Amino acid sequence: MSKIKLITDGLVKNNPTFVLLLGMCPTLATTTSAINGLSMGLATLFVLVLSNMAISAISPIVPDKVHIPVYIVVIATFVTLLQFLMQAYTPAMYETLGLFIPLIVVNCIVLGRAEAFANKHGVLESACDGIGVGLGFTCSLTVLGLVREILGSGSAFGYNFIGGHDGMLAFVMAPGAFLCLGYLMVLFNKFLKKN
Amino acid sequence: MAVKSNLTNMVLVLSLTCLVCSGLLGGAYALTKEPIEKAQAEKTKSAISQVLPHFETLEYEDDHHYYTAFDGDRVVGYAIESSAVGFGGNISLMVGITPDGVVYNTSVLSHSETPGLGAKCTTDTKFMDQWRGFDPSVKQLSVKKDGGDVDAITASTITSRAYTQAVANALLLFDELGLDEINDEKEEEDHE
Repeated sequence: MSKIKLITDGLVKNNPTFVLLLGMCPTLATTTSAINGLSMGLATLFVLVLSNMAISAISPIVPDKVHIPVYIVVIATFVTLLQFLMQAYTPAMYETLGLFIPLIVVNCIVLGRAEAFANKHGVLESACDGIGVGLGFTCSLTVLGLVREILGSGSAFGYNFIGGHDGMLAFVMAPGAFLCLGYLMVLFNKFLKKN
Repeated sequence: MAVKSNLTNMVLVLSLTCLVCSGLLGGAYALTKEPIEKAQAEKTKSAISQVLPHFETLEYEDDHHYYTAFDGDRVVGYAIESSAVGFGGNISLMVGITPDGVVYNTSVLSHSETPGLGAKCTTDTKFMDQWRGFDPSVKQLSVKKDGGDVDAITASTITSRAYTQAVANALLLFDELGLDEINDEKEEEDHE
């Protein structure tokens, strides 16, 4: 399988949000604005690529019965690493996403890719898969965040275009998250079927 | 993953993984410790300089969590950390009070209010500006709905109440500690 196809597969055919429906908790919770969605996506991308590579490298020597604990330790290490780095160099970002960063450990996308892909493939292929799925997650979260921000706060990427008025606040809160996610999923799958 | 599990290799691989990972994290912790502390100190400092007039040095009082700001020898004000329970959790504020007992300004350190509603306590200029020079001896410190003089954020009365409560807590601490007399005492000493 070519490396490029691995990446585009993660973006479209295996899109974690709209097709696989994985990682719904951070998806619904962090997409109150496009910027938040984008940063959560990038944080997950970082962990996903590194953990995929590490796991594919060590999987030949990991005994079958303890593979899940070993994978979780590896993933948790990268998440904690990311947490330290964000706290030190992007404190403002850490403040908005803080609560959801530790939750990347239990994000089923990361463990799911380790189980379904990384432990059966080489390091380079696993890195490509991580990039693809991570980018798919990032794009979906950014689009979802953008739609919710436009409808809910009347701004896009922090740029307000309705001049200090309130948007439709429901879209910033949980019910709007479910509605937007549902409609985007319908559109995405319709587009996917046509092609 | 063709390795068959037995006790030896399971214990070996798990311990080895944990050892390598903890080593890695220990290193990362040591490397990022200083920048993290610096970032946090900077955040506190910028919050304090937002809520107090110009000052030169700061002194931290551990027991009651407040900072005294000096300009030379003279006390220009106190920055008091204070919090109250809002709609989504604690709202934590830095409240700047000048020695005459008037609020100089306030700033939000952390909160978990609803985005678009209570979270406006960090962006709503009309709400935030009313704290500038708020004199508790002239104005009633509660929201208008409760018969006070504080304009609440639209549709976020609970957040506004909590914010007001946090400011009230800071002023209470200020009174309890008798901070308002500090410059008077100094002047008396000078006269003697």
